[in-house]
Amino acid sequence: MIIVFLKVINNKDRFFINNKIEKQIIGILLDVDWFKLLYYIYLEIIVGDKMEDEKKLSEFQRRINSGEVIEPKDWMPERYRKQLIRMMGQHAHSEYVGMLPEANWITRAPSLRRKLILLAKVQDEAGHGLYLYSATETLGVDRKDLLEQLLEGKAKYSSIFNYPTLSWADMGVIGWLVDGAAIVNQTVLAKSSYGPYSRAMVRICKEENFHKKQGYEIVATLAKGTPEQKKMVQDSVNRFWWPALMMFGPHDKESPNSAELMRWKVKLKSNDELRQRFVDLTVPQARAVGLTLPDPELKYNKERRSWDFGEINWDEFYNVIKGNGPMNKERIKARKEAHENGAWVREAAEAYAAKHKINRKI
Amino acid sequence: MKLDNNVKNALFEFLLRMGDDRLILGHRLSEWCGHAPVIEEDIALGNIALDLIGQASAFLNFAAGVEGKGRTEDDLAYFRNETEFKNLQLVEQPNVDFAHTIVRQYFFDVYSNLVLTNLTSCPVNELAGMASKSLKESKYHLRHSKQWLLRLGDGTDLSNEKTQNAVNNLWRFTKEIFDIDETEKLLIEKGIVPEMSGFREKWLDSINKTFMEAKLKLPEDNLDFSAGSRNGFHTEHLGHLLAEMQILARSYPGAKW
Repeated sequence: MIIVFLKVINNKDRFFINNKIEKQIIGILLDVDWFKLLYYIYLEIIVGDKMEDEKKLSEFQRRINSGEVIEPKDWMPERYRKQLIRMMGQHAHSEYVGMLPEANWITRAPSLRRKLILLAKVQDEAGHGLYLYSATETLGVDRKDLLEQLLEGKAKYSSIFNYPTLSWADMGVIGWLVDGAAIVNQTVLAKSSYGPYSRAMVRICKEENFHKKQGYEIVATLAKGTPEQKKMVQDSVNRFWWPALMMFGPHDKESPNSAELMRWKVKLKSNDELRQRFVDLTVPQARAVGLTLPDPELKYNKERRSWDFGEINWDEFYNVIKGNGPMNKERIKARKEAHENGAWVREAAEAYAAKHKINRKI
Repeated sequence: MKLDNNVKNALFEFLLRMGDDRLILGHRLSEWCGHAPVIEEDIALGNIALDLIGQASAFLNFAAGVEGKGRTEDDLAYFRNETEFKNLQLVEQPNVDFAHTIVRQYFFDVYSNLVLTNLTSCPVNELAGMASKSLKESKYHLRHSKQWLLRLGDGTDLSNEKTQNAVNNLWRFTKEIFDIDETEKLLIEKGIVPEMSGFREKWLDSINKTFMEAKLKLPEDNLDFSAGSRNGFHTEHLGHLLAEMQILARSYPGAKW
């Protein structure tokens, strides 16, 4: 009898027992008190919960489909929560790590005006990082844990930041291409189903637009500058064009999380669609300032009314993601050093707060 | 306000000092960007650097105007050598660690608040305007550095030790802050820069109060050597800082950025 019972409860995917023989057996068994008790407990807890979850899930999907915004206290499937933590965490890390390649040039900026703009831009990125970490915390995860994952190499960040900044022109090209690509991504994310994320994106996009503008202004200035400056900016475009295209991620068919994220309207457009949009926006901008994009296959397709472009070097893409890019080790090392060198400072602030009963987390 | 040539020269000198202090300290703070102990401090230190370099830009722009030789604030920032820079030795000292950075900043902020407050009543309108705009920012900077000094001093044993160490290292750069030379004497005499006597006492008074609260000790006052940075005498750190700051501008003379 116990075996029959276990067989019944092990068959967890079925909420109701349809098999006639099993029904009969259960009918007989229900006369046995202890079995009755176990069976009802089973129905109540396991089946009941599961039905409840199913109901919640379909209600959740209905809300998503009708364009409702999900807020932190609303019920959400565990997968949705996990996917968002992963995505928003990556986004926060990208801002935080993304400070480094540009911070590399603050002290060398060639004029006070450029220095002020660059400093403000990198400071904005720190602000975005903080804002996104806080938005991620609404999903019940701690910034400390997210940072730990970053430092241990368990969390990803945008692979573009694993490329070095080798000239001042990179400050222009990063603003133009990298922030430009980020805007294409984020404009869509601003309509994503999770409230805190979409609101963060709206705010961040506004600033990114300014970043892109200042970047393009640097690029345009250099492109009409001295022969050396022109060479500097073309070289930078050559180095950053392909990594910028890689920012949109793998092809749709290779993107493991895409389908689920799109069903939940966390993502609203596919990687390839967004990449195409970016190329279409950027090619005329490059032409306007007389710069060449390093892709011999780049050609306007009249039928599609879009630019055809060559294939990304996916080996390079996956290699950089795996940690073998030109600057992966340095970026994580810089983050680790800042974290470790700052430990005594954070401890001091906590100790002071405890002594003086300041109810604030640093 | 119409000025005699010697007063003009003195004012130019004075504006260089104001501008250079802020440019060099802002540069040092900007080195923290991306490397601070917590992301909130990346933002805060970046913001203070931004304020200071913005102030520097305004002071140097006005200095160039007073000089009247067609130079710009960028010419002054990028095409002067070490001995032509008039910033305090204090502000060119390296970051070393967060304790040194905060102590350096606190010493400067208390001083800067005193000077800027004083300058808001300056009869040269441009200078008074710049001073009152800068003062608003400087008050925030002081609040930030003071609050951190309290936390570091009265945090853990380790943080107290590191901060006391920073105080001991940086103390010797504080005396020259209040030296008044011929340039300033002339400006005070002409009523352009208000009287500054008693500033060191006021400064010391603030430092003392904060140090008591922060459980830090004021070092023995053994400050016989007055550095003379206001006349271009610096520590060796400044040259390296300028080499980095000026490399691009100087590598491509005549280029627009």
